[in-house]
Amino acid sequence: MAPRSIQITACIAVSAFVFLPIIFVWREATHSTSFGSPEWSALRFTIKQAFFSAFLSVILAVPLARALARTEFRGRNLVVMLLGAPFILPVIVAVLGLIAVFGQNGVLNGILMFLGLGKISIYGFQGVLLAHVFFNLPLATRMLLFGWQSLPNERIRLGQSLGFGAWPRFRFIEFPMLCKIAPSAFAIIFVICLSSFAVALTLGGGPKSTTIELAIYQAIRFDFDFAAAALLGLMQLTLSMTAALTALSFAQNDVMGLGLDRPFVAVSRCLGESMLDFVVILFFVGFLFLPLLLLLVQGASGIWDLPGSVWSAALRSILIALGATGICLVVALPLATRVGELVATLGIAVSPLVLGTGLFLIVRPYVNPFDIAVIVTLCVNALMSLPFVLRILRPEVETTQRNFANLSEALRLGPWAKLRWVLLPRLKRPIGFAAGLTAALSMGDLGVIALFGVAEKATLPLKLYQLMGSYRMDEAASAAILLLCISVGLFWIFEKWGQWYA
Amino acid sequence: MAFSDTDVLTVYAPDYFASEWGPGPSIEAAFEKECDCDLQFETGDVLARIILEGSRTYADVVIGLNTDVTKKARETDLFAPHGQDYSKLTLPINWTDDVFLPFNYSHTAFIYNAEKLSNAPASFEELVSSKEKFSLVIQDPRSSISGLALILWIKAVYGDRAESAWEKLAPKILTVTRGWSESYGLFTEGEADMVLSYTTSPAYHIVAEGDRTKKALIFPEGHYLMMELAAKLEGTDNPELADDFLAFILTDTFQNLIPTGNWSLPAALPKSEWPKDFKELPLPSKVLFYSEDEAASLRDEAIEEWRRALSK
Repeated sequence: MAPRSIQITACIAVSAFVFLPIIFVWREATHSTSFGSPEWSALRFTIKQAFFSAFLSVILAVPLARALARTEFRGRNLVVMLLGAPFILPVIVAVLGLIAVFGQNGVLNGILMFLGLGKISIYGFQGVLLAHVFFNLPLATRMLLFGWQSLPNERIRLGQSLGFGAWPRFRFIEFPMLCKIAPSAFAIIFVICLSSFAVALTLGGGPKSTTIELAIYQAIRFDFDFAAAALLGLMQLTLSMTAALTALSFAQNDVMGLGLDRPFVAVSRCLGESMLDFVVILFFVGFLFLPLLLLLVQGASGIWDLPGSVWSAALRSILIALGATGICLVVALPLATRVGELVATLGIAVSPLVLGTGLFLIVRPYVNPFDIAVIVTLCVNALMSLPFVLRILRPEVETTQRNFANLSEALRLGPWAKLRWVLLPRLKRPIGFAAGLTAALSMGDLGVIALFGVAEKATLPLKLYQLMGSYRMDEAASAAILLLCISVGLFWIFEKWGQWYA
Repeated sequence: MAFSDTDVLTVYAPDYFASEWGPGPSIEAAFEKECDCDLQFETGDVLARIILEGSRTYADVVIGLNTDVTKKARETDLFAPHGQDYSKLTLPINWTDDVFLPFNYSHTAFIYNAEKLSNAPASFEELVSSKEKFSLVIQDPRSSISGLALILWIKAVYGDRAESAWEKLAPKILTVTRGWSESYGLFTEGEADMVLSYTTSPAYHIVAEGDRTKKALIFPEGHYLMMELAAKLEGTDNPELADDFLAFILTDTFQNLIPTGNWSLPAALPKSEWPKDFKELPLPSKVLFYSEDEAASLRDEAIEEWRRALSK
């Protein structure tokens, strides 16, 4: 879409932003390093939990996305929008929400005890999976939902005129679409889970659930062993990129075929199918929203009593989120190609700790890191949202380009004119969604900038941690709700903007 | 507000210390009243930052280092002797380090809710070998200083039998968290009977919440001591101001800000002058502590014992 030189520049810029920090951390190493059995078992556990978390998230997202794509009901848009909420919560908050439902004293165990059944324990491998599915099922669902919505109406109508029932419709229309979209969803969630650390440890119940990211944390913050940190970071990056490459080779071409760019029509279903869809939606909505609802009950009343500093931190976080969104979209548009998407995956493949340390080493000779903490936060937040934004944008960009290629040529539109008259108007909906996601993600991100220090310019998530760190758990719960409301609010505003006559 | 032509003293401090809920802001105000200078906290990962910055660091003073990192910090050769008088210290151990100056302390302890747990164990051994299904939340020694203090504590109590103590404790450990906040959050949610924290934790609940149900288990085997320290940078361009600040740390003004500011015990203030609620806190009569060299030689082995026992 953009001129080739801009595409290449964007790819190089993103790669440099990821690889240079790793190189700088590596250069800081004073001795060589080697792995012992704890590191290898951490590697094995990291891959295992990421694989099963991604697999479950995608498999479970299929019935949910399918049900949502086919069912019209009041509040459907609200449900679809709120689906984003678990994904953007700060880890610790989400864990507390899950524990309110599934913990020792949680709602579920309360019901089981009442029924005279034994308690279940969330702590263990099942807990890790539960939490990762809670975080990522919504993401997978949204990605698959886009797949369903991008099915050309012409195909659905063709299916209907051939008298397709549920099974042939799935086999000949939906399944081919899933084959193209599901591998990317799997890969992106696999990569996210590779760098999981606090969740895996807390819900995994102990050192059995040690991930590579914990080893990196230990290396940087406790052992000051930068060789180990760089090596582990590189290992994590390699794993992630292998997964992303594999996924891309599955999804050779995730464009759904030519259609006439018309809105979605609902398919006719028999009563049994409608009921089933309804049950599926109800079940997953319960699973995803109950923890959030309990958090809300706990924290909402205290929001107005939060000190002014928390509110100013919230404002600062909103500005950072908006800035990151702007940067992210500008970088994302020229990256909307296969190679570009692969490069963007680097944004979540790199260990946040290694990235933060490396950036510190790069800027330190020239400026006081303290003074540029906000700018670094902006850029890192933008980088970490890139993969999600491209996953949303690229298929749409490619479909639009393919559908309008002849027309653009006939009118002899240059690249900028094409962007202005063909692409942007048609991309409004995915851009709105991508912007909402980036803003929300940036709100909840704690930042990778432990070394830069931000106490006086604290963001909302940092304030939340400060409150917890000084025993103020109730106020932290309220700050978490404030954070959640702002994140969802930003998401909602951007998405509404995208849907405006789109 | 300080003026631009006054001297600036740059102090690196952990985030919790300099946050508005930590002691930092009141310490800053009290010192600026005396020094005619501008004290600026730069927060973040203090020692990692100093190590990465080397001799080009902006810091004049660091505050909030823990006893378990003094060895690494000392090996950088970036710190200068503090030159302060040890005799003012009121620590439960004899401290004669001429580089790292303690400003507060506490002990590792398990905190429980006395309303919910009636049969609280009376000794470490009772906790370890009890048949009761106690549930504990602890912190990971690889990512948390309090978690590290726990494995040294058990090492100090059990010595060579530490691994078998961990094996007996393992079924009672509900989970292990990255840091203290996560553990304490789980505990206040009612998820576990006990949480690894500090002997001074109940003081927060008493003073700030009027809640007397949270108590520390005091064990006759002793409790591991945790101190926080300050130090002056060798390369400071403000050596006199840095010395003034270190001297200020030992004054009553500073020390009186510690109990309810950092929820810990002042390192240079006799017990008779502590706030009432701190005076009444049950504290251990026996204190355990490893010197930095002892701790360094035990650490890797103790972490590996912990990992093996809890991975079964």
